[in-house]
Amino acid sequence: MLKQLVFSLALLATLATFAWTMRKLFNNFKFTKKLPLTHIPERIRITLEVAIGQTKIFRHPVMGFLHALVFWGFLVILIGSIEMVIDGLFGTERVLGALEPFYDVLIATGDVFAAIIFISILVFLSRRLFIKVKRFYGPEMKPVSKADANIALSFILFLMVSLLGMNTFYLLDVNSPDEQLSGVYPVSIFIASFFTTLNPSQIHFWHEFNWWAHILLIFVFANILPYSKHFHVFMSVPNVFVSRISPLGYAENMESITKEVKMMLDPQSAFSASTEAPPKFGVSDAEDITWVNYMNALSCTECGRCTAVCPANITGKLLSPRKIMMDVRARMKEKGPGLRASGSAYSDGKSLIGDYITEEELWACTLCNACAQECPVNIHQPSLILDMRRYLVLEKSAAPAGLNNAFTNIENNGAPWQFSPQDRMKWADDLFINETV
Amino acid sequence: MENKTKIKVPVMADAAAGGHQPEWLFWVGSAGAFDDRYKKVTREFAKILSFLKIDYAVLGTEESDSGDVARRAGNEMLFQMQALTNIQILDMYDVKKIVTCCPHDFNTLKNEYPDLGGNYEVWHHTQFLQKQISEKKLHFDTTLFKDKTIVFHDPCYLGRANKEYDAPRSILDGIPSTKVEMKRNRSFGLCCGAGGGQMFKEAEKGTKEVFIERTEEAIATGADIIATACPFCMVMMTDGIKYKNQEERMKNYDIAELVSLSLGL
Repeated sequence: MLKQLVFSLALLATLATFAWTMRKLFNNFKFTKKLPLTHIPERIRITLEVAIGQTKIFRHPVMGFLHALVFWGFLVILIGSIEMVIDGLFGTERVLGALEPFYDVLIATGDVFAAIIFISILVFLSRRLFIKVKRFYGPEMKPVSKADANIALSFILFLMVSLLGMNTFYLLDVNSPDEQLSGVYPVSIFIASFFTTLNPSQIHFWHEFNWWAHILLIFVFANILPYSKHFHVFMSVPNVFVSRISPLGYAENMESITKEVKMMLDPQSAFSASTEAPPKFGVSDAEDITWVNYMNALSCTECGRCTAVCPANITGKLLSPRKIMMDVRARMKEKGPGLRASGSAYSDGKSLIGDYITEEELWACTLCNACAQECPVNIHQPSLILDMRRYLVLEKSAAPAGLNNAFTNIENNGAPWQFSPQDRMKWADDLFINETV
Repeated sequence: MENKTKIKVPVMADAAAGGHQPEWLFWVGSAGAFDDRYKKVTREFAKILSFLKIDYAVLGTEESDSGDVARRAGNEMLFQMQALTNIQILDMYDVKKIVTCCPHDFNTLKNEYPDLGGNYEVWHHTQFLQKQISEKKLHFDTTLFKDKTIVFHDPCYLGRANKEYDAPRSILDGIPSTKVEMKRNRSFGLCCGAGGGQMFKEAEKGTKEVFIERTEEAIATGADIIATACPFCMVMMTDGIKYKNQEERMKNYDIAELVSLSLGL
């Protein structure tokens, strides 16, 4: 009874803290720009493929495979965690054990996955601590980003140790004839063979200890995640679902501009022009982004696969697509509370462009979409970069000189170079073809 | 016996005046019409169209810039002006099918003009050529490239942007020659460095130019020919070959040129 009470209080505290954090993070969606969510069947397909099937992470086959194993393992182990919550609340033991033989398969899979995840996490940690993989570094990877990764990985490591410990001592604990053993434990039964010399009370203690350690680690981990890059554990599946489904090269049409251009092309409608103030064009700060942009920023786990393939970054330019996503999240965290309190007119004297992202970074982009192609959770960095360029050009007329020349030429000659439109057919002069007679 | 015949490239306005509606519109694009190197590609493609007896026409002086560069450089106003003007012309001639040698214009016309009311069936010239070659069972029994090694550079707006990786490769496979791939190919392909308006501005400060990085990768394959299918990639790869002093050893061709040469046109 005492155990149930303690557990209920711990669960309540966990859920309350989590709800409080979520409210803080999700309130920021209120002032993001609206974007309709269409093509639901297509989105379900992409979610199954990219999120559940992990197809994009396999672009790095070895590490991708390890990550996929960790992810699929999590899905299986998650069911066991739900069972632990039921057990904790109602004082039962392995309540889902009634679901034989499904339970045996589930638990056996989870037991094996725990060992696989343990090994994978050791590989991941050593890549960060000893091998120093290049994409984990970069000016935007501050000590806190690196600590973030190591803390999250350590948590998962201890989660797996406690899970295997729980299984191991459960096996030894029920080793009396009056109790029914639930589940199959291919890995833990092996580990258990090393602990057979312990007396029953020691075994029971370690069973309880690992049970509590595992569930409390989950509770604490769940509440640390939203403050770290590892929030992607929660956000990446929904992010894949809401991600852009148009071809990578497609640029979103600006309807506000279409209205103005149609007015310019049709003098008749100029008279019926509305008197409302024109909207702000493009993105310069947190309140200008769409809710999908914000989802993208919350899902980014700073793996750096985008930056590692960025032609600008590879050749030493300042641009790093990962940094763009990190900046959006940081700026939203900074400005969000003020925007919530005082509305969209709120200013703290800072801005996303300028204080976080420089114009130099934005103009270095070739819009080649290598970053978006690579992102395992379908973040689309180029659309945000383009929206910031739109702000610079449409609101500030701040394009680099070369581009301003191109604009002028397109306006005057219908081509980005200084040629007369009358010469547009000159290429076809004196064109001969060989014909074999 | 070979006989040189002069081709007159058909213009939409003339066709319309004669009461004829061509099946295809060949969208030349600004680079195809004005860039000295890519004009050659345009000419070769026109020769192929003529050889294949395709019922087509170009807009000629009625064509204006697609607006792709303006849009990607952030000038949405200018892009939409260009797009709406072009759509007006295209709709006036009731254009249904468009073929173009420029992946950027291909992407913009195909994916972005529909938002502004312009709906056409748009083909990149590599897709068009692949289809013609397989339908008309064209064979390139040329020895021109027999001893040559060809490497294909994926244009971002054909490849990643529109997932067309196979059409250009399948055309090359039909040309007797050795084919190799760069380390970063298909969806992993590295940009030539000209996209997103970079073609028209100075590069930001860095340690290297993108086109040099990409050309070095192409040179490392030992290929004699870099095949491209984009006017911007063409400029960048040509510059890269010059920069690396490989002009004697390495040439840069568009897929359309390789087809035209293989057909002896």
